[in-house]
Amino acid sequence: METQVLIIGGGVTGTAVARDLALRGVDCILVEKDDVNAGASGRNHGLLHSGARYVAHDQDAATECRIEGDILKRVASRAIQDTGGYFVAVQGDDEKYVGDFPGFCARAGITARPVDVATARAREPAISDKAIAVYEVPDASVDPFRLSLESMAQARSLGARLMRRTRVVGFEREGREIRAAVVQDGTNGTTQRVHVSQVMNAAGAWAREVAQLAGAPIEMLYSKGTLLVTHGRLARRVINRLRPPGNADILMPGGTVSILGTTSSRVEDLRDIHPTVDEVDLILREATPMLPPLETMRIIRAYAGVRPLVGSPSGSDGRTVSRGFALFDHEADGLSNFATITGGKLTTCRLMAERAADLVCRRLGVTRPCLTASDPIPVSPECEWTEPGRAPRSWMSALHVDDPLICECEMVSGSVLDALYQALRAAGDTPTLTDIGLRSRIGKGACQGAFCAVRAVAHLYQNGDFQGSRGLDEIVDFFRERWGGQHAVLWGQQLAQAELMEALHCGLFGEELR
Amino acid sequence: MNGNRTRLFDVAVIGAGMAGMATSLFAARRDLSCVQVGNGGGILFASGLLDLLGVHPVADRRRWDCPFEALSSLRRDLPDHPLARVGDDALRAAFEAFVSELGAVGLPYAPLDGANHPVLTSIGTVKTTYAVPRSMMAGVEMMRSRPSCLLVDFRGLREFSARQVVAKIGADWPGLHSVRVEFPGFEAVSELYAAHLARAIESAATRDSVAERVRPLLGDATAVGFPAVLGLSRSGEVHERLQQSLGLPVFEIPTMPTSVPGLRLKDAMEAALAAWRVVRHVQAKVTKVSFDDDVATLSLDDVPGGQTIRARSVVLATGRFTGGGLSAGRGHVSERVLDLPVHQPGTRGEWHRRDFLDPAGHPVNRAGLATDGDFRPLSADGRPAWHRLFATGSILAHQDWMREKCGSGLAIGTAWTAVEAISRGLQAPRKAG
Ligand SMILES: Cc1cc2nc3c(=O)[nH]c(=O)nc-3n(C[C@H](O)[C@H](O)[C@H](O)COP(=O)(O)OP(=O)(O)OC[C@H]3O[C@@H](n4cnc5c(N)ncnc54)[C@H](O)[C@@H]3O)c2cc1C
Ligand SMILES: Cc1cc2nc3c(=O)[nH]c(=O)nc-3n(C[C@H](O)[C@H](O)[C@H](O)COP(=O)(O)OP(=O)(O)OC[C@H]3O[C@@H](n4cnc5c(N)ncnc54)[C@H](O)[C@@H]3O)c2cc1C
Repeated sequence: METQVLIIGGGVTGTAVARDLALRGVDCILVEKDDVNAGASGRNHGLLHSGARYVAHDQDAATECRIEGDILKRVASRAIQDTGGYFVAVQGDDEKYVGDFPGFCARAGITARPVDVATARAREPAISDKAIAVYEVPDASVDPFRLSLESMAQARSLGARLMRRTRVVGFEREGREIRAAVVQDGTNGTTQRVHVSQVMNAAGAWAREVAQLAGAPIEMLYSKGTLLVTHGRLARRVINRLRPPGNADILMPGGTVSILGTTSSRVEDLRDIHPTVDEVDLILREATPMLPPLETMRIIRAYAGVRPLVGSPSGSDGRTVSRGFALFDHEADGLSNFATITGGKLTTCRLMAERAADLVCRRLGVTRPCLTASDPIPVSPECEWTEPGRAPRSWMSALHVDDPLICECEMVSGSVLDALYQALRAAGDTPTLTDIGLRSRIGKGACQGAFCAVRAVAHLYQNGDFQGSRGLDEIVDFFRERWGGQHAVLWGQQLAQAELMEALHCGLFGEELR
Repeated sequence: MNGNRTRLFDVAVIGAGMAGMATSLFAARRDLSCVQVGNGGGILFASGLLDLLGVHPVADRRRWDCPFEALSSLRRDLPDHPLARVGDDALRAAFEAFVSELGAVGLPYAPLDGANHPVLTSIGTVKTTYAVPRSMMAGVEMMRSRPSCLLVDFRGLREFSARQVVAKIGADWPGLHSVRVEFPGFEAVSELYAAHLARAIESAATRDSVAERVRPLLGDATAVGFPAVLGLSRSGEVHERLQQSLGLPVFEIPTMPTSVPGLRLKDAMEAALAAWRVVRHVQAKVTKVSFDDDVATLSLDDVPGGQTIRARSVVLATGRFTGGGLSAGRGHVSERVLDLPVHQPGTRGEWHRRDFLDPAGHPVNRAGLATDGDFRPLSADGRPAWHRLFATGSILAHQDWMREKCGSGLAIGTAWTAVEAISRGLQAPRKAG
């Protein structure tokens, strides 16, 4: 196999690089060890930062967010909900910070309008009656799955190739040059060579690992963050705590749910990242003063991601290390065609990709300009289904005599599964239920897949999509993934739900005895 | 039910799941006057299969062909397990009584032969169970001998794909085949509900038309499996007639809840309790129980202002988290009606394992009420909370019915033993009121 540019990592950054290069007419292959957004890009808060969160301590980051946020709202509008955001201070919060906030915003060019507390509470009743100041900022919510999937779909339409479940395990180097990457197929373990002119390492938190394979050391820190998903949506806007960034400061609207977080703690090992009971309790404790309904809110899920932070330690929790991005050309490491782009934010992924692609193009002698800030991402129908509400709308507007609902919580019908299956299949993949889950809302409702996984597998068998004895493994794999996000939030009703799920899958079906 | 306010019952049963039903039934059969409070929500989820004990120790995933051998191993390993405190004779008698009551109201079970049976489920796994509804029994025989056999599914019944089952176990059962047919009268509907089909197939015309659609597809099949939708109250008749018109043994395959066998079980239990004159408050919850020396007073919430029931003994059969007998806050598990002490793991971090299917099971599933040998729950001082307060079924500690495959056995066995103790305690049982 051969390509001009090998991109490693299928998160928001890698897929944005693929889109950027494809738009400039450069041939590329993106290899991803799991699936699109398997890393931090699928485990973040989904806040398209207005920049206001960074104004007090990092004016550059704030300004960068403002500019990039505006661009993404234009070019990736389908992935973004322009909800607006509030910054809310409650009694006991640092009043100096509150007082300085509007001035800092102004300096970064960010509009922060004061809203009187009564009006804010009328619009967002979840806000505490102990609120003392509220500002409105142009925060928005972004669906990172849709963003990555649509970027990749555009790149593919222009000739880029995506290889899922393919891990880079080594490089063949000759002098200053990487000649080929050795990649391993995650399904059957076979390896092959991809001959390359350029390599762009966009492996997020794993960038250090990948660079090491090429003989290029990078200094990186990992900061783990945990987030909670509520049952039902608590607020229409983004609600930020108006205080220096700390734990559980942000409540994001995410379609039918709200997402609350985050924590930040240093981790050394990227394996086995999972939310803990202590983190869940900490988040609820910290956020409740601003949003009292959280005290009794049902939490249906928790998940954790790792932020790659570039640089060396200066604080214990990683929050004080820069969240800016870094582009390494690795010239000093004796490499001429290998580069790393990592760190940064979801909000700045396009800019990161532009800088990365600029470097690659310079090295390749390609002079075409970057088009990602001006050309909107075109519609790709198979990328629509991550949007909550999309599947119900299409199901209700269609004549669905032969289109049964498979996921009743999120109203995903059989035809959606079929469309996703076919799209993956057409790209030469062997789709699993988990793959389909990532590209749709299936299993994301209150039942967390207990019922719809069974129906989905039955449906896929009946259509001849699934064959052989793998159906049970599909159900089990899907659950394992869903359960990973559940075990730390099991109390109250959600525990009753989990018990019912176990009664069905173990009590009746005996899946644990396979 | 006007007289119920002043009437003094021998037994008040709180809960109408498998345990509450079994307790009420066994009490009434012993001529104890019985009142039951609660709706039959829990029992709707049942599969119709009545497990006794299928797996032990769960961490070893060891399945047993004989539940009584499993029990003797369980008694050695887990002496606190509620089933370890019920004798084999009591279990045999309790199951015999339970299935004969079901048979009497039109829900026949295959004769109990002391052995566990393999039952094919709707996702192609094999479940180990004890008492098998007659409508499922031919499937057990097929599972054992694996001759040529046809599985039928209905388009639109989303929880069951016969093709999936064949794909799962076909390699070990080469004669197993699948077909999909339209359910007569539902051709224009995209989602079929098992209960609707079950009701429809009770009409002779629909049943004949199902048989007509399946007959040409039989090939060399020696038996035919259907999803469990073959009738509700008249399931015995539907099953019989379908066998006649197909000329082959027919069996049902249990599906995902809420399923038709669950509905049948609920209806049958209700009929049996009515026949035994158990007084039932189905729309009520018990909000409080107070005790004096000899009488317990239960407060119900079914009418504005509430009403009370008086009884000489009380059985708590309120289930776990789904049933509502236990509830969990972020810190600990509590018992809902009486705030009895709950045996439980130390902190929430220990409640669940990280892997859903961890063979050892989730520790929180063994939380529950600790009792004495008569199933009287203990208060903090280790003594029975009240001398005639009992607990039966899944609310009990030291068991994991989901992993051990002992849900019905736990309900039926503990009900039997508790009722024996009640009957002994009340000495000269008499009809009250
Ligand atoms: C808890 C949390 C909350 C956040 N919230 C926000 C927010 O609200 N707003 C915001 O703007 N940003 C947020 N971020 C930051 C944002 O999520 C990340 O900056 C962004 O997702 C990074 O994307 P990426 O593509 O660079 O890395 P990743 O998404 O991690 O992608 C790297 C990919 O590389 C793959 N990979 C690794 N090794 C190999 C290999 N050897 N071969 C092949 N593939 C490999 C991985 O599987 C992974 O998919 C948050 C981050 C976290 C952790
Ligand atoms: C999905 C599923 C599959 C199953 N499959 C099988 C199987 O294959 N084989 C098998 O043997 N068994 C099976 N079972 C049934 C299982 O055996 C029983 O559900 C289990 O034993 C629990 O029964 P229980 O009566 O203790 O509790 P529950 O069924 O939970 O019943 C508790 C009852 O108490 C009532 N209640 C609670 N609080 C109050 C109150 N304050 N006042 C009044 N009423 C109250 C509730 O309304 C409910 O009716 C299955 C159950 C489920 C859920």
